[in-house]
Amino acid sequence: MNTAGEKVKLSVRGLAVSYSAASALRSLDLDIVAGEILSIIGPSNSGKTSFLRSLNRMNELHPHARTSGTILLDGVDIVREISAESLRKRIGMIFAMPVPLPLSIRDNITYGPRMAGVRDTRTLDALVEESLQAAYLWDEVKDRLDMSGQKISGGQQQRLCIARTLALKPDVILYDEPCSGLDPLSTAKVEESMLELRKSHTLVLVTNNTKQAARVGTRTAFFLMGEMVEIGPTEKIFTAPADKRTEDYIVGRFG
Amino acid sequence: MKLPSRRLREFLIEKLIFLSGIASVVFVVLIFIFLLREGVSVLKTTSLGSFLGGHFWYPISTPAKLGILPLILGSLMVTAGAIAIAVPLGIAAAFYIAEVAPKRLRTVLKSCVEVLAAIPSVVLGFLGITVLVPFLKSVFNLPTGLTAFSGSIMLAFMALPTIITISEDAINAVPREYKEGALALGATHWQTLFRVVIHGALPGIIAAAMLGIGRVFGETMAVMMVTGNAAVIPQSLFEPVRTLTATIAAEMGEAAKGSAHYFALFAVGIVLFVISFAINLTADILLNRGKKK
Repeated sequence: MNTAGEKVKLSVRGLAVSYSAASALRSLDLDIVAGEILSIIGPSNSGKTSFLRSLNRMNELHPHARTSGTILLDGVDIVREISAESLRKRIGMIFAMPVPLPLSIRDNITYGPRMAGVRDTRTLDALVEESLQAAYLWDEVKDRLDMSGQKISGGQQQRLCIARTLALKPDVILYDEPCSGLDPLSTAKVEESMLELRKSHTLVLVTNNTKQAARVGTRTAFFLMGEMVEIGPTEKIFTAPADKRTEDYIVGRFG
Repeated sequence: MKLPSRRLREFLIEKLIFLSGIASVVFVVLIFIFLLREGVSVLKTTSLGSFLGGHFWYPISTPAKLGILPLILGSLMVTAGAIAIAVPLGIAAAFYIAEVAPKRLRTVLKSCVEVLAAIPSVVLGFLGITVLVPFLKSVFNLPTGLTAFSGSIMLAFMALPTIITISEDAINAVPREYKEGALALGATHWQTLFRVVIHGALPGIIAAAMLGIGRVFGETMAVMMVTGNAAVIPQSLFEPVRTLTATIAAEMGEAAKGSAHYFALFAVGIVLFVISFAINLTADILLNRGKKK
């Protein structure tokens, strides 16, 4: 399933996730290639969010979650060989609900780096500008960096959350339905930034918006009831899916 | 035939509910008026300055000396001591229960805190006299264990449930997304707790502390039983003191109605009322400010 000659960033083998008795994901094998945007589509309860949250070990915060299988990041086991904190600095996450911390725009971005030990003001200032630029937000907020991050519009808040993730210089960015609450204009800016970020990052996008998957994904995976039904180049998934269920979902016959 | 009687019934119910609703307002106003009327009469025998600032409380000597400074200081000292113990302990316990403790232990701890709140203050005072007071006497080698410090410890126990419960609510009210956001940025559990959760819960935690202070300040029984009740200006935590509340409780039964002593006790009540009101008001303002954010 791996495209030959490309570097595997994340290698997932036998990943299974369950909550108490309910199984959310059953034995998943998947390679994520460096520099791709992997879109994951599927109806609710298909396990796509559980999969995403396993990649940066946010699943562990759920009191009843049980995860098994292995995930390798650049060949390193993310559970046994590195701490959750250092993993999450390398694999950032954007949530469906943008929730800036109750701090200024500037401090929202410097929060992560400062916690990681960066103290130098000039470095931090540079990080702020660089991250906001990359998140397509700089022009809108550059004159009010000391304003509360919670006072800007929803679309801007989501881009602020993207910027604060970028400030940690992650390798991989996980998007959990990042545009579900955004207007089309903000959505376009988020997508634009994703295409730009692809040049230096690996992106995984979980989305309920199949059109979004079609717009930005280099590859698309279709999840259904805890299993990956199909994965392939986005174009192929959307024009000539191999599985009948994929086709049904995409044309809107269920889900 | 049926309609008018139903309408009458609705009218009566409505008025009854209205009366119940307004009753608390009426009671507060009446109590305040009564307190004020009786208490202000103290100014016939002593000036406001010598009442609030007087060093001696000899209500039944002739002429009576009605200075309540020792009582105010006694109350403040006992309260300050109790707060110094209960606030850090209570907040730490709230964080432990809300954020650290495993689920089963959390349930056990929460019910323990509730039981602690249910112990009558007399019973706590009784334990104080029989266990705490002799213990402090021997540990610190004091002439008597009936001290401000004993009162502080007793009151700390009584303030803890309030502080823990309200702080814990405030901590739980911090949106899960804040925590997840911080954790997703690579913060450790402790970093998240200290920088993000405390930040979000702070107004509620301050309000919890204020309500704890209010509870402590107005408490009577346990304090009266363990503080020794000497109406002298306290020099240290390890001396007997007497609080405003204990004074009223101890002396009201004996004061002749209409005497200067009687009016002075009402005036003590006003002082108590004003201070309690100020504490509760501050707590309220802080709680509301926290909610608006």
